[in-house]
Amino acid sequence: METIVVEEPTTYINHQHTVASWLLTYDHKRIGILYLIVVTFAFFLGGLFATLIRLELATPAGDLFSADVYNRMFTMHGVTMVFFVLVPAVPAVLGNFAMPLMIGAKDVAFPKLNLLSWYVFTIGFIFTVASMVLGGVDTGWTFYTPYSTQGSESNVLLTGIGVFITGFSSILTGVNFMVTIHRMRAPGMTWFRLPLFIWALYSTALVMVLGTPVIAITLLMLVLERGLHLGIFDPRLGGDPVLFQHLFWFYSHPAVYIMILPPMGVISEVIACFSRKNVFGYSFVAFSSLAIAVFGFLVWAHHLFVAGISPYSALIFSFLSFAVAIPSAVKTFNWTATLYEGAIWWKTPMFFVFGFLGLFLIGGLTGLFLASLGLDVHLTDTYFVVAHFHYIMVGGAIMGYFAGLHYWWPKMTGRMYNDTLGKFAALLIFVGFNLTFGPQFILGYLGMPRRYHVYPPEFQVLNVLSSAGASILAVGYVLPALYFLYSLKFGAKAGANPWKATGLEWTTQSPPLPENFRTTPVVTEGAYAYSKREMRVA
Amino acid sequence: MPNGTIAAHDEHHGQHHPALQHHFQDLEQQHEASTLGMWLFLVTEVMFFGGLILAYTLYRVWYPTAWALGSEELNIYLGGFNTIVLIGSSLTMALAVRAGQTGAQRATVGWLLFTMALGLTFLVVKFFEYKEKFERFHVPGANFRFEGPESPHVQIFFSLYFALTGVHALHMVIGVGLMTVITLMAYRRRFSPEWYTPLELAGLYWHFVDIVWIFLFPLLYLVDRSHHIV
Amino acid sequence: MAGHISPKSTYLTIFGALMACTILTVVAAFINLGNLNFPVALTIAIFKATLVVLFFMHIKYGSSLTKLIVGTAFFFLGIMLTLTLSDYLSRGWFTAARGSTSAASIPSITGPLTTGARPLEQTPQNNPPK
Repeated sequence: METIVVEEPTTYINHQHTVASWLLTYDHKRIGILYLIVVTFAFFLGGLFATLIRLELATPAGDLFSADVYNRMFTMHGVTMVFFVLVPAVPAVLGNFAMPLMIGAKDVAFPKLNLLSWYVFTIGFIFTVASMVLGGVDTGWTFYTPYSTQGSESNVLLTGIGVFITGFSSILTGVNFMVTIHRMRAPGMTWFRLPLFIWALYSTALVMVLGTPVIAITLLMLVLERGLHLGIFDPRLGGDPVLFQHLFWFYSHPAVYIMILPPMGVISEVIACFSRKNVFGYSFVAFSSLAIAVFGFLVWAHHLFVAGISPYSALIFSFLSFAVAIPSAVKTFNWTATLYEGAIWWKTPMFFVFGFLGLFLIGGLTGLFLASLGLDVHLTDTYFVVAHFHYIMVGGAIMGYFAGLHYWWPKMTGRMYNDTLGKFAALLIFVGFNLTFGPQFILGYLGMPRRYHVYPPEFQVLNVLSSAGASILAVGYVLPALYFLYSLKFGAKAGANPWKATGLEWTTQSPPLPENFRTTPVVTEGAYAYSKREMRVA
Repeated sequence: MPNGTIAAHDEHHGQHHPALQHHFQDLEQQHEASTLGMWLFLVTEVMFFGGLILAYTLYRVWYPTAWALGSEELNIYLGGFNTIVLIGSSLTMALAVRAGQTGAQRATVGWLLFTMALGLTFLVVKFFEYKEKFERFHVPGANFRFEGPESPHVQIFFSLYFALTGVHALHMVIGVGLMTVITLMAYRRRFSPEWYTPLELAGLYWHFVDIVWIFLFPLLYLVDRSHHIV
Repeated sequence: MAGHISPKSTYLTIFGALMACTILTVVAAFINLGNLNFPVALTIAIFKATLVVLFFMHIKYGSSLTKLIVGTAFFFLGIMLTLTLSDYLSRGWFTAARGSTSAASIPSITGPLTTGARPLEQTPQNNPPK
């Protein structure tokens, strides 16, 4: 009897082992992992700042930090989370890894540029962390002039340069993704056979390409004014500080769509697989991604409603801000219709999807409150706004990111994580999140302003609830780090398609080959061809 | 072993163009991807300069007098000369790409060198313009001096002048650097009618930088030469 | 690789047109056209840019996708300029002193205080004792 030796198949992980082979890779899958490392680090760094903020806010008095230090805390929390977690998380980690596989390509269009993207991102991050180590910035992540150009004595230049550098990573990734999706789809992969995650990534890339250069030039103007005393926003010369706000938000509003569109794409993927159904209204969902990308550029001045802009202009922007909610609603209705009469398979990714649906709904609806001019005058710069955007960004985007991580982890690593722990983490996060940010809606409505480290004693109960929720949330976020790491060594082998999902990425081994496919796949059907026979999977 | 795998690929390895990258199916797909990528990059450049154009437009509406006064201080001869130089360099660049398309290797190198010379001429003239501004204390900051009304607003004009022409000049410098690389490639006979993509992409970049100047010249130098504002 | 090869004469003709437009724009700048000077200069510049894009950059012979991309860039630039100016140009409408409806007709409209608001009166209510 011969002994059959089963060799471990070649994967993108094991075919080269040196550190150099990772740091000099052109492989989109390895680059996705590189991004995962930096983004995870940034997430915990931003979380550290959040912990310190919530610790301070547990009591009405400013007993933990001075006002100046507190200003730096929330600024660094915002800068870290916005630019180094929310913007890159789904596109640069999951998009880089999965997108070429999902369209049947060998890699992205410009692999070397992709690696450069990661280096630019990481260098920008290092600059920003360096500025934190040197004392941070106290202007808020929005860098409003004239405080950032003249008043602040903190490391505005260093942080501004760090974020400026990082912006180029976004630009390069956006260009790369758009060209890849246009030119490198497998034979038979027409636009309307693309998975909805790809439509989402394409729309995101469009926003990255059109919007990021504007924040780049804005930060450059800020740096030139602060460093070289050019006078563009200087009121002493007749400059307009509100111009900075217009320029800043022209990018930063579309940026929130960069942050939410890819997670929405993830939701479409996971909901189809775990309902065993085609996404209802596929073309509506596809076009709604493009609509969000385009409409998202028309609403920025709703961040300037009380800054002194013309009320007539504010009217236009208010109307447009209501309109931009429509495509998001279209998606939500279609996802709900997808669930209807589906065979729901309760695995961890689906837990995060349901978390997303509930929390994004609340976050999105509260955005309409803020789009309404009269209400905004009362609610702006209060904790209502803070709660609104955390519901979308954390309850929506981060939940979507986690859904995607849990969905594609078996493909990325070839291992299954502990599903029970995964579900437990999802529940912890959901409960902790609502406890943290739910009370903040009330606090904001009652008038508690944001960016203050002291508050009237009557707000303490709600603040304590919020801080308590944050501690639960923290546990919920640490848990996945632990069971994911554990799974790398001890997790069950995943096999090519543990979720019995459709999609080209699931037709190949886990982890995939370095070149993705042995032969170029040919596509003959739509993205979610789940049949009734496959309804029962458990 | 199924077909289309490494063994089958090796049989064909000597049969594709050396410039073809392996994640592409053929040279045509690679060329289409590359040009699309460059065009998208130029889109980002339009938005990049666009932010400065927005600031310029706003303040021109607010301070027409200051804009007229500031513009008067710029040397229209040097600005006009530079405009002709840069448009000329676009012509030479287009001819260089054309030479590459037709396989005229020496002409390609020649036209590229001509383009670089014109680009450097532009930068040298710019240097002298900046020097004059510095000597007349028109550089914004603590040493800014402008005798005349609306001096603070004129300082904003000069801030935007330096920001716009400075960012443009930076793009020119990068362009000249690009040209050096491309010229070396052309000299080493890397281009042929079959493949001249880097040459084409460098051309697109160069033309874009020219287009920016086509707008900057009237916007900065020709605000009120007929004195209808001041 | 099939790229359209333009004859040298095309390039020289376009160059000639660009030179002519440059001379035209300088000459026009010295003629007093009042409020039309700026639009005229801008129109000539846009025309020159279009020539460069169409012929030097070969858009005329390019794919529809490329044309769409170029159009998109200028469309969004237009959005940025138009919507921002919608704010600045409408400040002070209907609320400015003397009941004027045009921001431009108010001498004090230029500069940061463009809402037409009068400075806060110094009353005991606005100035509570410290």
